[in-house]
Amino acid sequence: MTPAAPLFLLDGHPVPFKPGETLIEAATRAGRHIPHLCWHPGFAPHGSCRLCMVAIGERQLAACSTAAEAGLEVRLHGEALAAQRRTLLQLLFVEGNHFCPSCERSGACKLQAEACEAGVEGPHFEQLYPDRPVDASHPDVLLDLNRCILCGLCVRASAQHDGKAVFALGGRGLGTQLVVGSASGRLGDTDLAASDLAARICPVGAILPKRRGFAVPIGQRRYDAAPISALPETDDGMPPP
Amino acid sequence: MNAAPPPAPRKLRLATVSLAGCFGCHMSFLDIDERLFALIERVEFDRSPLTDLKAVGRCDIGLVEGGLCNAENVQVLREFRAHCKTLVAVGACAINGGLPAQRNHLRIDELLRAVYQQRDGLAAGAQVPDDPELPLPLNRVHPIHEVVHIDYSLPGCPPSADAFWQFLTDLMAGRTPQLGHGLMHYD
Repeated sequence: MTPAAPLFLLDGHPVPFKPGETLIEAATRAGRHIPHLCWHPGFAPHGSCRLCMVAIGERQLAACSTAAEAGLEVRLHGEALAAQRRTLLQLLFVEGNHFCPSCERSGACKLQAEACEAGVEGPHFEQLYPDRPVDASHPDVLLDLNRCILCGLCVRASAQHDGKAVFALGGRGLGTQLVVGSASGRLGDTDLAASDLAARICPVGAILPKRRGFAVPIGQRRYDAAPISALPETDDGMPPP
Repeated sequence: MNAAPPPAPRKLRLATVSLAGCFGCHMSFLDIDERLFALIERVEFDRSPLTDLKAVGRCDIGLVEGGLCNAENVQVLREFRAHCKTLVAVGACAINGGLPAQRNHLRIDELLRAVYQQRDGLAAGAQVPDDPELPLPLNRVHPIHEVVHIDYSLPGCPPSADAFWQFLTDLMAGRTPQLGHGLMHYD
């Protein structure tokens, strides 16, 4: 007889896990959504967006980089955690130029979906309106840094899945930016292909396939049907071309 | 002796305005269609494009569409804040500047020169308009919460008619408006 899988409690619900799994991996496998932007089931955790913060006792930890342990009592919901999550999302919105009505990714954007689910009605903070470039030099892929949230998923996908080095994060603090690994710094001068995971994994509208904008009508987009917490985790942002 | 019937509850006063917006939010508000009759039982319109009143009086609710792109927008917004108990940022432009704010990474003087002096086909000696009746543009477009306190935001571009109705019925009933999935969207 195989021994029962060890369990931890997520808001009182038992979640089974395999040894070595993180809290978010086990919760996702059990069909329980923990809000996240920089985590992806295929890659090592980045731990940067902090949206997956949970409380264990008096401590707050990122569910993407905390190993599951038997008997842990993990809190995901609660007014303080929800308020913190809303603040994080509001900071992400004011830090970039996120104009949903004119974004091709609207309705299928994880940032937007998490913010709607968290009840973010407005930005609260002052808008930074940073001056960021759009790179349309690649024949099949558009790079709009106005919408980049620095989750690093394209960096990891390019290096660990595609075997390339198309993207990297450069700079520090508020000066951190996504940089392109070509001598000119232009996407068109890299070996990125539209079929690469790095070109499809973006959770927002920063990296988009060209000539497919607004192809899905309003009402039929991914998060029109149901809130993000009610949908299964997707393994990439956009389907391959 | 017959007791006088209790007085009918006072109607709420509602003002609406479009600042740096496209009137799309107002059009969506009108899309509540026959529910306007139910609304009019509960509210009286103060300053609004519906009444064409030019000054805002004491109001319970003020709905502000659009962000701030010129000095007149700021003045009108301050008057709304001073006169409305509950002030609501309606739509993407009021909430984060929206489409007009996409000029914010450009210099306003260069923009005005490009449009009024440097385009092809302009008359010789064309100047940037400077009539004293024209409100001065701001260097940057701002969402309204950066200038006055906002009580609620109603997101959307525009918020749907159902979102308007849900929001207003909640507010008129004294509840914190809750939109929920389907009505809450940013586009």
